[in-house]
Amino acid sequence: MEDMIFYDRLQFAFTITFHYIFPQLTMGLSLIIVLFKFQFLRTKIEKYNDAAKFLMKIFAINFTMGVITGIPMEFQFGTNWAKFSELTGGIIGQTLAMEGLFSFFLESSFLALFIFGEKLMGQRLHFLTGLLVFIGSWASGYLILATNAWMQHPVGYEILENGRFVLTNFSELFTNPWLMPAFLHNQMASLVTSSFVLASIGAFYVLRNKQVEFGRLFLKSGVILGLISSLLVAFPTGDWNAKNMAKYQPGAFAAMEGIFETEHAGAEIVLIGQPNMVEKKLDNKLAVPNVLSFLTYQDWNMQIKGMDQFEEDELPDNIPALYYSYHIMVGLGTIFLGIMALAVFLLWRKKLFKSKAILWTILFLFPFPYIANITGWYTAELGRQPYLVYGLLRTADGVSPNVSSGNTLFTLLGFMGLYLILGLLFVLLVGKTIHQGPTPKKH
Amino acid sequence: MEIFWYSLIGIILVIFFILDGYDFGTGIIHLFYAKKEKDKEVITKAAGLFWDSNEVWLVAAGGMLFMAFPTYYASVFSGLYLPLIIVLWLIIFRALGLELRGQFNYQMWKDIWDKAFGVSSLLLTLFFGIALGNVLRGVNLGGVEGTEGIYEGHYFFLPLWSHDFSPLSTHPGVIDWFTIIIGIIAVVTIAIHGANWVILKTNASINEKLKKVRFRLGIALVILTLFSLSIWNLINPEAYSNFAEHPYFIIFPLIYITGLAGILMSHKFKKEITPFICSTLLIVGGIISSISSMFPVILPSTNDIHESLTIYNTSTSEYGMNTAFIWGIIGVILIIVYFIIQKRLTTGKVDKMDYGH
Ligand code: HDD
Ligand code: HEM
Ligand code: HEM
Repeated sequence: MEDMIFYDRLQFAFTITFHYIFPQLTMGLSLIIVLFKFQFLRTKIEKYNDAAKFLMKIFAINFTMGVITGIPMEFQFGTNWAKFSELTGGIIGQTLAMEGLFSFFLESSFLALFIFGEKLMGQRLHFLTGLLVFIGSWASGYLILATNAWMQHPVGYEILENGRFVLTNFSELFTNPWLMPAFLHNQMASLVTSSFVLASIGAFYVLRNKQVEFGRLFLKSGVILGLISSLLVAFPTGDWNAKNMAKYQPGAFAAMEGIFETEHAGAEIVLIGQPNMVEKKLDNKLAVPNVLSFLTYQDWNMQIKGMDQFEEDELPDNIPALYYSYHIMVGLGTIFLGIMALAVFLLWRKKLFKSKAILWTILFLFPFPYIANITGWYTAELGRQPYLVYGLLRTADGVSPNVSSGNTLFTLLGFMGLYLILGLLFVLLVGKTIHQGPTPKKH
Repeated sequence: MEIFWYSLIGIILVIFFILDGYDFGTGIIHLFYAKKEKDKEVITKAAGLFWDSNEVWLVAAGGMLFMAFPTYYASVFSGLYLPLIIVLWLIIFRALGLELRGQFNYQMWKDIWDKAFGVSSLLLTLFFGIALGNVLRGVNLGGVEGTEGIYEGHYFFLPLWSHDFSPLSTHPGVIDWFTIIIGIIAVVTIAIHGANWVILKTNASINEKLKKVRFRLGIALVILTLFSLSIWNLINPEAYSNFAEHPYFIIFPLIYITGLAGILMSHKFKKEITPFICSTLLIVGGIISSISSMFPVILPSTNDIHESLTIYNTSTSEYGMNTAFIWGIIGVILIIVYFIIQKRLTTGKVDKMDYGH
């Protein structure tokens, strides 16, 4: 059975990982663009407008990539996960169809207007189109997360005799206790990505000594937003998600924290260690006693269930990957906070633009929020295993019964090849745009 | 409610084919007729500006199909696994062609991506037509061999082709002579549509030639249409009786005929928009007539053991569809508003436009 679904899972994981490279930037960037455009309206300083228009170019490239890689995601529900689509389509189809109808149209129509219509519309309307692009992209994230939240923690449904899930309460889809924490955390995480990218472009211009004025603007706004969002991603939103996991997915929680055995008086928090699945313990563990209990329940001595309390087939099937994903995300989050705090401090002491070391660090920091975002999603998705719909529908029961794994392997290889070229194209386009820079108006 | 969702999804799909159809069509025209660099550039620009916002319609149709007819979505998407994945690859490849060609100023580079754009537009249209052909012809639901099915009654899996390429065999493949004909009809229709778009939106030097091409393609379409009508009965014996049962369906073939007549007479029209409207009618009439010939069936079964899929036996719960009706209406109104705003700001020929791209 495991082998049957292996390639389907791999294909989904591969294509969604690639897809999610793009939306995480667009969601954060759209907010930053709105902020710049707003600054321009307020101050009438041309620089802010040029910055907004420049960033919209990067946005547009990412958006196009989001569209191209998003269509395979939608198709895959039907092609590879037909049984899942058949059984749950009546519910998650609601949120996915709403996404198509409300947010994608909003985003794509007004993106075109933002790029082409400045002269026709005047500045206020132009700001408004930017705002609508922002709303569209966040609404899209919200609806996707509502979909995912339902899979993590199903609500408002009824199961018919033939195994189908049908919707019984529409509004519960949006008041799902899993949704808000996940949405806010995810949006803050995408703001981390975008502000780090912004700061990195800024550092590039300053170090290169061209477009220095924009370089400074980008650096300054990038590190300030970077600090704020890094704070928010850890607390309250990250913490809030962890509490949700402890409450609704205790087995996955134990696995991601690396707790093999239940401790009776308070659980320790693991900082470093490698899960050893044979002996069921952590190798080379470095841990602080009782802290996990406190973080989760505000009680130093609260008991937390370890993996020994769960049946083997109720636990995620890839515990080391889950554990590492989670620890990479949290570890990077901590490092981000440190670096951004330092950068803001230097900015305040007016040393940021001169300190080569920190500029180089910021320049090469931008891949790491991508890694944190992807590993964060791996935490969520691997933690949900072995279920597609938590507790109700197993992953193995969601796959297309009529598509053989040979076919899936073949198409997976095809996607890999095409995405390689696509990725190169993306780097080329973004690189070119950044290289040209937000050149001020010529005429 | 089923009928509402069926119609809405149908309309959205048709809009997708009208909108993305013109940029598929420009691809086909580009492949065969654009020779001068200037023309090639203008034509790729005419397609390049809007293709991604046009593809949003496909996403929307997919999402709604998933929501309203989950069983159908699951059945068709997994059963047509191979052709659909090929469609996805072609979509990606086409995008690569459009976006990459302008990146370097080497002739060979441009030529490669021009061909990529043209060939993938052509194949994509062909495959969409073939997919429609499969839905019209029906499939071996449940994978029945003799009297035993290997899957549940609403699942199937089609090979790309079967040994005799015949739509009448018990195990038809994706590609057979019937689906190929539908595919070719799609290509010709979309090519006409694309030619109209190029004429409407650009001042390319080949526009005069394209007008002749359009006429010839129109003639070809008349022949193909007559031919496919004559074999229709072979594939689906009830095709014509459905029109007798629901007489008002006759309007759809009439729309098609009007469009076709318009294309053949388009040298008489003064405005360049009129032929474009005619090819739009052609697409609307063509798709809706073929689909309505089987209503309420949406995927016929070629065996007698499993019943055909209809809008009634594949839909989700009444509650789900009713709820979605409310937000669906709101969504549609919003889209119409956006669309009008967008089109009002982007009329005119692309060569003259300063898009700052
Ligand atoms: C920049 C990226 C980033 C950073 C620094 C963090 N996270 Fe995160 N995290 C994400 C990006 C992310 C994410 C990709 O956005 C996820 C995936 C699902 C979701 O909603 O957000 C996520 C999920 C996620 C989950 C799983 C939720 C689920 O299963 O749905 C938990 C428990 C945490 N996070 C907790 C934290 C904590 C305690 C952090 C402390 C620093 C932290 N995250 C930093
Ligand atoms: C961008 C963020 C996301 C990432 C990085 C991600 C990652 C993954 C990964 C790694 C898997 C494979 C899990 C495994 O092999 O055990 C997976 C599976 C899956 N995910 Fe996600 N996912 C994301 C968002 C979503 C969302 C929003 C949905 C729902 C709409 C979703 C639905 C699924 C489904 C249906 C599977 C297949 C079954 C499975 O193997 O678990 N994913 N995802
Ligand atoms: C955390 C997970 C996800 C987030 C936050 C997300 C967000 C977005 C956003 C913001 C866009 C707009 C394009 C852009 O701005 O780059 C987009 C595009 C798209 N996404 Fe995702 N997505 C996620 C996962 C998925 C999944 C699991 C699917 C599968 C159903 C999917 C399907 C699509 C489609 C079809 C598009 C193209 C839409 C268009 O034509 O505009 N996405 N996504």
